[in-house]
Amino acid sequence: MQVTNKLTPFFENLNFERDDNTMVINFGPQHPSAHGQLRLVLELEGELVKKAYPDIGYLHRGIEKMAENMTYNEFLPTTDRLDYIASTSNNYAYALSVERLLGLEVPRRAQVIRTMLLELNRIISHLFFVATHALDVGAMSVFLYAFREREFAMDLMEDYCGARLTHSAVRIGGVPLDLPNRWLTDLSKFCTKINHEIEHTYEALLTENRIWKMRLEDVGVISAEDAQSWGCTGVMLRGSGVKYDIRKEEPYELYGELDFDIPVSDKCDSYGRYSLYMEEMRQSVRILRQLIPMHSKTEPKLMAHSPQYISAPKEEIMTQNYALMQHFVLVTQGMRPPVGEVYAPTESPKGELGFYIKSEGEPYAYRLKCRAPSFFHTGLLQEILVGTYIADVVTIIGSTNIVFGEVDR
Amino acid sequence: MRKYVPKDDVQKKSYYTDRFWVAPRVPKEMVEEGSHFDSVVKTLSDVIELKEFAIELGQLRIVINSTDNFKALETLKNESGYTMLSEMSAVDYLAKDKEFEVFYQMLNLNEAKRVRIVCRIQPEEAVKSVVSLFKSANFAEREMFDMFGIKANNHPFLKRILMPDDWEGHPLLKTYPLQGDEFASWYEVDKIFGKEYRDVIGPENRDPSNVDRYDGQRFSRVGYEVPFGSEINKDKEEENPIAYSKTFMVDYTTGTKTLSKRK
Repeated sequence: MQVTNKLTPFFENLNFERDDNTMVINFGPQHPSAHGQLRLVLELEGELVKKAYPDIGYLHRGIEKMAENMTYNEFLPTTDRLDYIASTSNNYAYALSVERLLGLEVPRRAQVIRTMLLELNRIISHLFFVATHALDVGAMSVFLYAFREREFAMDLMEDYCGARLTHSAVRIGGVPLDLPNRWLTDLSKFCTKINHEIEHTYEALLTENRIWKMRLEDVGVISAEDAQSWGCTGVMLRGSGVKYDIRKEEPYELYGELDFDIPVSDKCDSYGRYSLYMEEMRQSVRILRQLIPMHSKTEPKLMAHSPQYISAPKEEIMTQNYALMQHFVLVTQGMRPPVGEVYAPTESPKGELGFYIKSEGEPYAYRLKCRAPSFFHTGLLQEILVGTYIADVVTIIGSTNIVFGEVDR
Repeated sequence: MRKYVPKDDVQKKSYYTDRFWVAPRVPKEMVEEGSHFDSVVKTLSDVIELKEFAIELGQLRIVINSTDNFKALETLKNESGYTMLSEMSAVDYLAKDKEFEVFYQMLNLNEAKRVRIVCRIQPEEAVKSVVSLFKSANFAEREMFDMFGIKANNHPFLKRILMPDDWEGHPLLKTYPLQGDEFASWYEVDKIFGKEYRDVIGPENRDPSNVDRYDGQRFSRVGYEVPFGSEINKDKEEENPIAYSKTFMVDYTTGTKTLSKRK
């Protein structure tokens, strides 16, 4: 036991000095490969991990508590801070669950724009994964190349909504803006470029790379039962041979009418997951290419028509008395959704992201629970790290693709 | 007169209230005969008592007794194919009904169907842990304990997860203060120096990001050096030799292009 006094205060009940051959080390929270604020307490025997204990909470900001004290529209920009690598997918997941609660019908143009933004965010997030994962394992140049293309994708996001990281590009009931001029041309150019880069840069550098294969193959093996039991979703689940993608199985937005494949790997290891990320980027490009011609075929309406919950367009507010009154009430009081509860799952780049909202008919949510995929993937670490070598710890953390804004909330 | 704030619910309340407003309800659908959810309800009702069940927004919501939670999840997993516990947590109804509501969000991967198991528990009551069925409940139950103080029996390692181990109070309770309480604001000072140092440090130095430009002991000055701990005169500061570090105050009121001059 520790002796605690003012100079050595009590922090946790950890005995770092062992009499046997084992050694207890702190991995993080400041370790660069720990993806932000992860602290792992590892018990080592030589280089072999005997026990792993993930300690989280270093980025806890109480976002669920904030949601209970904000009106529904006020809370939307806060969701940017969950998974800050792909903010629009958080905005969208939140907006979707509120829309399901309200029973809103989103206009088709807004659906096209939303689906485009979601897929663009998926590419941004997957590029970030490839970059940092390769950097963790030791391939520096992939990091630079992947971040170059990620910048172009973020430029597109900036052209649309003005922000590069915290987008808030989705509103409850639609999207705030139509696409700017030439945005679709830029997007199709980007699609061509990224398709070329995936094949000729990242895959050329990594897929058949001997060192990359040695570091990733048979590292971090998760069986299909374990993956389901630990609540793994997204690539972590599909990497274990379970074909489940919410975009296909429980389609939302336009995913029901789009033509794309769900890549599955039954290798169950980090290499399988890496190849899924690559293939998913290709599928995202395929979806984007199908969406580009769809935009011009839609009506220019962007927000759902539901005067009780959604403000009218600006022109109507400025010209019609009743629209102005509705807008005033919605801004000062906030919308009051019906009593009930909703859980709306979406396929975010990291996995299943869903918001459980319990409404009591007040302008503030009675309870909001964010089902973050990374939270459950962090829990998984305490099992899959045991029995691996300390060099593989970094690879496994990298291949789970956890983001701590989402884990700690 | 000061506004009345109920002690059992300090959350933000709407300023605008309408006595005659009746909030609508999300539509509840009956479970259709022969559907997938019907078979789920039938398998479950053989094993345990179902208080209430209905389909809300495409997902089946079943209310059960709190003592049956393990049995319900076990049946769902082994007989109905709900192999994933995607989420579980609680809702605080202490102010209204003196109860907590615990929910388990289940997913069937083959049928792509979702079921929510809901039970109500008393404030001192513990739920039975489901970690032996679903390992994802390991972190989820720890979070529920951290945020609400609800204990899970037979949990392998029930410990706070997001908040520090020695934190007082459970943040997602409706009684938890919004601006942080006395304990929360002095947490770091108490931990590092001890409670008796609260008076020495004082509330103005409690926040570690606080920068006092007239403190010569802990902060250096940009532009020119001052000896350690020297007194810096608040009223008459020394001339700063570096021009760029100065903030130029532009006085827009006395510009050359005023309206009267143009006239």
